[in-house]
Amino acid sequence: MTEPILAVRGLKVTFPGSAGDVRAVRGVDYELRPGEVLGIVGESGSGKSASALAVTGLLPQYAQVEGSVLLDGKEIVGQDDEAMTKIRGKRIAVVFQDPLSALTPVYTIGDQISEAIRIHNDVSKEAARKRTVELLKLVGIPNAADRANAFPHEFSGGMRQRVMIAMSIANDPDVIIADEPTTALDVTIQAQVLELLRKAREVTGAAIVMITHDLSVIAGFADRVAVMYAGRIVETGTVDEVFYSPRMPYTMGLLGAIPRADETGDRPLVPIEGTPPSLLNLPPGCPFAARCPLVFDTCREVEPALIAVGSPGHQSACHLAEKIEAGGWGPTDVFPLPELAEAAVARIPREEREVVLEAKDLVRHYPLLKGAVFKRQVGAVQAVDGISFDVRDGETLGLVGESGCGKSTTLLEVLELAAPQAGRIVVLGRDTAELSASDRRALRRDVNIVFQDPMASLDPRMPVSDILAEPMRAHGLGAKEIATRVRELLRLVGLNPEHAARYPQQFSGGQRQRIGIARALALEPELLVLDEPVSALDVSIQAGVINLLEDLRARLGLSYLFVAHDLAVVRHIADRIAVMYLGKIVEIGDVTLVYERASHPYTQALLSAIPLPDPHKERARRRILLEGDLPSPADPPSGCRFRTRCPKFAALDEERRRRCLEEEPPLYGLNGADHAAACHYAAVVKVV
Amino acid sequence: MSVPSSGALETSLQPDQTEGGGPPIDETRIASRWSVVFARFRRKRLAMFGLVVVVLLFLLAFIGPYLTSWEYTDHDFNAFLQGPSTSHYFGTTQTGGDVFALTMRGMQKSLIIGILVALFSTGMAALVGAFAGYFGGWVDRSLMWFVDLLLVLPSFLIIAILSPTFKGKTWLVFVVLLAAFLWMVTARIVRGMTISLANREYVLAARFMGVPAPRIIFRHILPNISSLLIVDATINVSAAIIGETSLSFFGFGVQPPDVSLGTLIADGTGSATTYAWLFAFPAGLLVLIVLAVNLVGDGLRDALDPTSGL
Repeated sequence: MTEPILAVRGLKVTFPGSAGDVRAVRGVDYELRPGEVLGIVGESGSGKSASALAVTGLLPQYAQVEGSVLLDGKEIVGQDDEAMTKIRGKRIAVVFQDPLSALTPVYTIGDQISEAIRIHNDVSKEAARKRTVELLKLVGIPNAADRANAFPHEFSGGMRQRVMIAMSIANDPDVIIADEPTTALDVTIQAQVLELLRKAREVTGAAIVMITHDLSVIAGFADRVAVMYAGRIVETGTVDEVFYSPRMPYTMGLLGAIPRADETGDRPLVPIEGTPPSLLNLPPGCPFAARCPLVFDTCREVEPALIAVGSPGHQSACHLAEKIEAGGWGPTDVFPLPELAEAAVARIPREEREVVLEAKDLVRHYPLLKGAVFKRQVGAVQAVDGISFDVRDGETLGLVGESGCGKSTTLLEVLELAAPQAGRIVVLGRDTAELSASDRRALRRDVNIVFQDPMASLDPRMPVSDILAEPMRAHGLGAKEIATRVRELLRLVGLNPEHAARYPQQFSGGQRQRIGIARALALEPELLVLDEPVSALDVSIQAGVINLLEDLRARLGLSYLFVAHDLAVVRHIADRIAVMYLGKIVEIGDVTLVYERASHPYTQALLSAIPLPDPHKERARRRILLEGDLPSPADPPSGCRFRTRCPKFAALDEERRRRCLEEEPPLYGLNGADHAAACHYAAVVKVV
Repeated sequence: MSVPSSGALETSLQPDQTEGGGPPIDETRIASRWSVVFARFRRKRLAMFGLVVVVLLFLLAFIGPYLTSWEYTDHDFNAFLQGPSTSHYFGTTQTGGDVFALTMRGMQKSLIIGILVALFSTGMAALVGAFAGYFGGWVDRSLMWFVDLLLVLPSFLIIAILSPTFKGKTWLVFVVLLAAFLWMVTARIVRGMTISLANREYVLAARFMGVPAPRIIFRHILPNISSLLIVDATINVSAAIIGETSLSFFGFGVQPPDVSLGTLIADGTGSATTYAWLFAFPAGLLVLIVLAVNLVGDGLRDALDPTSGL
């Protein structure tokens, strides 16, 4: 076995504070061999980022770092900043989560990469420049020589992350630390960036520490995995061992909580009850004890050490690890499967159900104005350009697409309950164009929204009781009735009514989202519009909220319009799905048909880009990588809007291409089933 | 992230009184927003202290004159410029006026002027700024045009022109006038903050729930900029009390023989080092007023702000 390039032993990070010390990292050990990829997985606050920053010496001054980090046999903990500067960028490179704030907005991309080269190498400006262009070419920036003169804001998010990777490999580092490098990116861009990181490893031979909250991302990418919880590694081993035979209940819970794009939504997700412990004044014993279904007395007293289980290299920090190993328990043996109600309406065929929401040829263009005093229109951003869909009683329509595809605009148009620029919106049989102001207000009872960010959507200055009472007051309910209903609502979403006088920030993220859902349900609506309701939540919390949404839909007979970019979540919760690209629906239909028999090239690319939490499948998959970024919606391509990035279009002959160039494809029905795709040459490709 | 709720909040809630684990009876008392804010305010010792001081000052201002045999209009021809004594608690003026009686009389006026002007100008700023920012479009343009107009007009010139009209009228008119020239800058700041708040998701959520616009402004926008408004109001209290003197200069408002703290301070400034009691008592009371109002303001701000860690 080769010597490890990076060896971390007993790493502890403590942030002293007035209320007590926050022990963010409480003893982390790992080794990294050259060329190896180690995935560190954990939820927010698990200490995964703090441990990585400690390795690079980028923690703030007041943080106390203990333990040892050996880089190629040399200790780097306790080195002064000057010594670390020689190591950072040269031997250890970092790729951060947010590529916009990691690049200086006032210097060109080329200058910033050249700077990184010239700091560590004594080369001329011209040589550095040449190498910069080479690097940009390597990471797949088109017209690299020209683009080197561009500023960061002229690059899209995915492009910026490529630049960051170019910068990190500029000095041929031994270790690349990637801290959530794909979290802020769309799924097709994420696939591109992961591919690029693979390439970067091949080119430089560097070892990669990949920090992420998403188990799926590392399934096909990492060699080994370390799962972190409350500042410690609780399970580590090769990818296959951790994914297929987890031996720590937390890992099992995480795996059971992930919705999968390759599975139908019949299986309820396994939520992990409770929330991660505060790292301030952590009680003794196993930090997971409070949430663990297997907990027994010892767990509350003694914190388990990492012990070897099963095959060599596999370690788990659980008192019961051997028992789990011996019994071969899986996630479903450890965590009780929640029982979800089944809707009565589900038995009625779809065609016979009432249409709750219908959009027909919906258009929303935002004018582009020019001039300071006299504004004139110079164009229009075609955010939504003629889309049609319907939502029937008791069903969930998932609206998916990458950022900028117009899904949020669609949703806001529906919620405005006003006449759209063109087309029609019919809510519960009433055309929004014909509504009077008082009708519209009355109709608002039946349509409500749950927002993405539960912190931003709850007024921080209002106690929860007032937040929940607001919609009812607006519709003139009596004070007594409201008080009863507030208690009911809190119980309905699984919160304690005694906490009604608390403010939103006194709740955890998942609880806040439950409050948001309770508020949306206050007026007993028929239709709930959900704008990425779980994307801001940690996996273990997300599962609980998804289950709650499914349960409520069945029990209260709701219909959902569910907007999301996470296709795995959509597959789990939706009955039907509409895929949007650049203001158009490109594929629509029954969720199983769309996932199993994806017919539009964009849907295929989108689905093939979703990582699966399954290392074997993940390695065997072939991704359809899309070229470039989304074109500007102010100037969409002629004919088929997807043709500029379409792998199918690229393979067509001249004659057949013309049709894509000139004729906008309508939604062609497929096989008479509930499935249609807007492609002239639609053909089924199995991608998940 | 979840902060343990404070003791006072806990006690204000009645836990479910159920036995035997049966279904809970919905008797949980749910505190409303203002009762929560009030409970939080009451827990601020300094703020309660400030409130008590304000109340005591009011009591002193209106009961104080009965504690001495001198009227503020009286002149003691046996005591010119005498220091504090048992017959003249705060000493006497050049003309033998009793400083205590004068200060009490002045404080009656100044307390009312200060607090009314502060409430009026900050309220005006909040309303105009929030409506302009929330509605945008022509509402915004016309309101801001009006604000800019008042900003560029020289306020003293306007008051000088208007003063003959109001001569002899009640001095409360001039609370309005004072406030009318204090609110514009704040209104512009409020407008800016409102624009950024109007696109927050909780405002959108309220809109989609069918909450009418004015109610959104009062329930969501203004509470979220309350810190600014409270700071503004407390500063305006002292600004109004001092500003009132400059208006008196125009022969307008509080006129001799009537007095206010402002006029007393202005008259006493010259003697601050020689006959200190002429200056120190009215100025000291002004400082006390401003300090007490500031304490109340700070307490209110913290009570309204759930992140203040009460």
